[in-house]
Amino acid sequence: MKRDYLLFILFALLVYAVPTFFKGGYLLNVLVFMGINTMLAVALNLLLGFAGQISLGHASFFGLGAYCSGILTATYGFNPWLTMVIAAAGVGLLAFGLGFPILKLKGHYLAMATLGFGIIVYIVLNETVALTGGPSGLSGIPNLKIGTLLFDGDLKNYYLIWTFALVTMLLSINLAHSRIGRALRAIHDSEVASRVMGVNARLLKVQIFSLSAVISAVAGGLYAHTMSFISPASFGFNFSVELVTMVVIGGLGSIFGSFLGAALLTILPELLRVVQDYDIVVYGLLLIVMTMYMPKGLAGGVAACWRLLRSKKVKAVENAQG
Amino acid sequence: MDLLPQLTQYAFSGLSTGAIYALIGLGFAIIYNSTGIINFAQGEFVMLGGVLTHFFLMVLKFPLVVSMAVAILVATAIGVAFERLTIRPLKRPTPLSMVIITIGGSIFIRGVAMLIWGKDTHSLPPFSGNEPLVIAGATVMPQHLWIFGLTLLVIAANKYFFYYTISGKAMRACSYNRTAASLVGIDVRRMVFLSFAISSAMGAMAGIIIAPLTMTAYDVGVMLGLKGFCAAIIGGMSSGFGTVLGGLLLGLLESLGAGLISSGYKDAIAFIILLLILFIRPQGLFSKAQTERV
Amino acid sequence: MKRFVFSCSLFVLILTCSALCGASQPIKIGALFSVTGPPSFLGEPERNAAQMVADSINKSGGIKGRQVQLISYDTGGDATKAVQLANRLIKDDKVVAIIGPSTTGETMAVMPVVEKAGVPLISCAAGRKITEPVNRWVFKTAQNDNLAVAKIYEYLQKKKLNRVALLTVSDGFGSSGREQLKAQAATHGISVLYDETYGPKDTDMTAQLTKIRGTQAQALICWGTNPGPAVVARNAKQLGLKMPLFMSHGVSSKKFIELAGDAAEGVMLPSGKVIVADVLPDSDPQKKWLMAFVKEYQKLHKVEGDHFGGHAWDAMMLLKGALEKGDDLPATIAANLEKSRAFHGIGGSFTYTPVDHAGLAKDAFVLVEVKNRDWVLVK
Repeated sequence: MKRDYLLFILFALLVYAVPTFFKGGYLLNVLVFMGINTMLAVALNLLLGFAGQISLGHASFFGLGAYCSGILTATYGFNPWLTMVIAAAGVGLLAFGLGFPILKLKGHYLAMATLGFGIIVYIVLNETVALTGGPSGLSGIPNLKIGTLLFDGDLKNYYLIWTFALVTMLLSINLAHSRIGRALRAIHDSEVASRVMGVNARLLKVQIFSLSAVISAVAGGLYAHTMSFISPASFGFNFSVELVTMVVIGGLGSIFGSFLGAALLTILPELLRVVQDYDIVVYGLLLIVMTMYMPKGLAGGVAACWRLLRSKKVKAVENAQG
Repeated sequence: MDLLPQLTQYAFSGLSTGAIYALIGLGFAIIYNSTGIINFAQGEFVMLGGVLTHFFLMVLKFPLVVSMAVAILVATAIGVAFERLTIRPLKRPTPLSMVIITIGGSIFIRGVAMLIWGKDTHSLPPFSGNEPLVIAGATVMPQHLWIFGLTLLVIAANKYFFYYTISGKAMRACSYNRTAASLVGIDVRRMVFLSFAISSAMGAMAGIIIAPLTMTAYDVGVMLGLKGFCAAIIGGMSSGFGTVLGGLLLGLLESLGAGLISSGYKDAIAFIILLLILFIRPQGLFSKAQTERV
Repeated sequence: MKRFVFSCSLFVLILTCSALCGASQPIKIGALFSVTGPPSFLGEPERNAAQMVADSINKSGGIKGRQVQLISYDTGGDATKAVQLANRLIKDDKVVAIIGPSTTGETMAVMPVVEKAGVPLISCAAGRKITEPVNRWVFKTAQNDNLAVAKIYEYLQKKKLNRVALLTVSDGFGSSGREQLKAQAATHGISVLYDETYGPKDTDMTAQLTKIRGTQAQALICWGTNPGPAVVARNAKQLGLKMPLFMSHGVSSKKFIELAGDAAEGVMLPSGKVIVADVLPDSDPQKKWLMAFVKEYQKLHKVEGDHFGGHAWDAMMLLKGALEKGDDLPATIAANLEKSRAFHGIGGSFTYTPVDHAGLAKDAFVLVEVKNRDWVLVK
């Protein structure tokens, strides 16, 4: 437990130090999106890794958050901070209402239902042209602002978004170590057993589903205000699948794993640009190979490497002494 | 305007699209039943069927029947290779890692198809004529009859295979309880292998038979796979009539939604009804509720 | 002494060399096309055409003696990626101008980036809002949708067909067309009786067409890109729909005829002149370039050049024109682009002014019809 917090502090320091190494190159811009993806992956991990409930429609909460915030600011001139709160509350309520019937489902039925919800949201975003601008998107969304500080450059956005991402991570680490975290893991292992032990499994699942949706909606708001343009294509089925991939590749139930997964899937397409048209093939291949040979995800892989290194070091020391 | 002829047309359109979904959905169900895997790459075999046939027919100038046969063979070989290389080596497969692996597989297959055959859409000639048939005031294409016929044939063959042959019975045994099946001497691995062979062949067949109507390209697999997945889910993942009814229902909902309410929202309408069905019957429309094993 | 002379001459040699090298540093031009993803039918020919122009400029000695280096990235049709890559082109590759992206959505997403950095962008997308209102840095070469819509409506007016049904695809291309079709209907005395959309991956439109058959519409206008419109044409034939069928310039390539087969016969659509280049009168100022473009593209890529590739071709040529007029500072390029006058390209005759960054007039489009599996001009 202490180790997690220590790791977190080190990680936070590293995150805040990183921009000093990039002199405003485009990589900084990629890192901004990595922050948003980290938030989303951590949020989904709460549901997928801790409570063991799959969602193939999480991009829809991200999209609803982005559009709610985007429409209220760009069309109705609200304050961006206020709209982000409204968006988060609205999406949270929606998820709470939806959670009760949808989380009654299990396994692939749950996958299907969340997928269906995602597609419904995607279609509504596309079809309500008067409100959302339809497939050609919504532009003119203002940047966020604190006093006179306008978040309009990559560097400023980097600090803004990573602060949110770090808060999300800290919150999730806290949650994992709390009574709720233990109850969630119990549900993951056996829902019936946890009920017998007096855990209100149903309510808890719905609450964690809503929390996950709220974080995604906040990430959506941040995305809308940094991009200042959004279109439904960014919130479709493909992105939902990509989010699940981030969590699984990173390592189920590991907060830092979610970061690793998000980081890898954000950077990978950039690295694969070297192979040009072959990128999609390499990407698919990597997904397969990594899932096959790293069943515990990147987090598990890193931990294993660490142990291996340590045992070697111990051996080396022993050899030297012996 | 009188509504009746319109309604019959909607019904026919819906049923013919639904038959396509059903055919694809059956492939999902077969793999799921013998392995517990939802094969998200299933749609890609549908794509392979169409694209390969086009390649053999138009580029290598094989006759139609030969092209179809070779296409099915190649697609089956790819399906089997996919199972051998990715599913079998896994030591402890979890449902989620299977989802990611099959998604990875589908991306990979799509990517390779794009590199080899390009991004263009292609069309195949219809099997028998291009003149629409008029039935009760509604029109259907001869190709639709092929689809209906093939779906029926596939159900019959499935029924025979799963209930009257040793391999089929063994595969059913695996779907009920893998451990018990292996205890009575069934080679579970062979059954998994077999189920991949059957479902990729069926997917390819579906892809070939629909290509003259819907056309084919490297990226058609995603949407068709998704719809087939829905059909299988509504049908409760049965490898028989359940999935077929699921597919037909999905097709009907879409067509009626498009005709009577709004075509932009037709998928949304279909999915809302699906969600409602799932909320009321969480175990699927056509399957009995099971008690949970603890 | 000898050594001194030798080292002196060596020094001079190095100096001249480096000076020469400095002068012939390549001009870096960025390109963003969605070579993969749903709009790849746009992005692929666009990238090919842009590269083709860059190569031919370099072969003929470059622009004012300097080679052109085209740095092109694939956006996959994704607005987020387009923004990241625009940043990469500007900040890391230090390009002087960007051509692309392929779609209106991506262009709208990239606009704030180029505006902040002050780098000219020549978009290859058709959306009207890219250049209205005019943004100092943003130009476009694809013909505005409203010109295509006007072409169809004028024909309908001439034929006294004033009730239409609309069926548009639910993506950026379709929704932009739909907006124009509805906006211009009233001014042409046309009433829209049916207005629905279909999904880009839909495989059956008989339900929509059955409903249209039940209305009083006299013509059907379908706005989409392959393969949707081909499905519409086939289903219309299956249902025995009698009304004339109009398509958009989104399907003006031989591919549509190949996909729709017999059902394509009689379909009419507004198109850039490139698909009927060979039957244009010799007096047409565009003809020379059109023929050259089609032939050269065919030689390199085995298929006939289409007007999507033409958008990128025009963008490169306009950029070349602007670079020849002055230095390669982004601001100068933008200012010189505004001085482009009557450039007869593939998409039409371009004249950019400070108040018009689209640069085309209605004559950029011709109305064509499919007859015997080929395009013919509708008089």
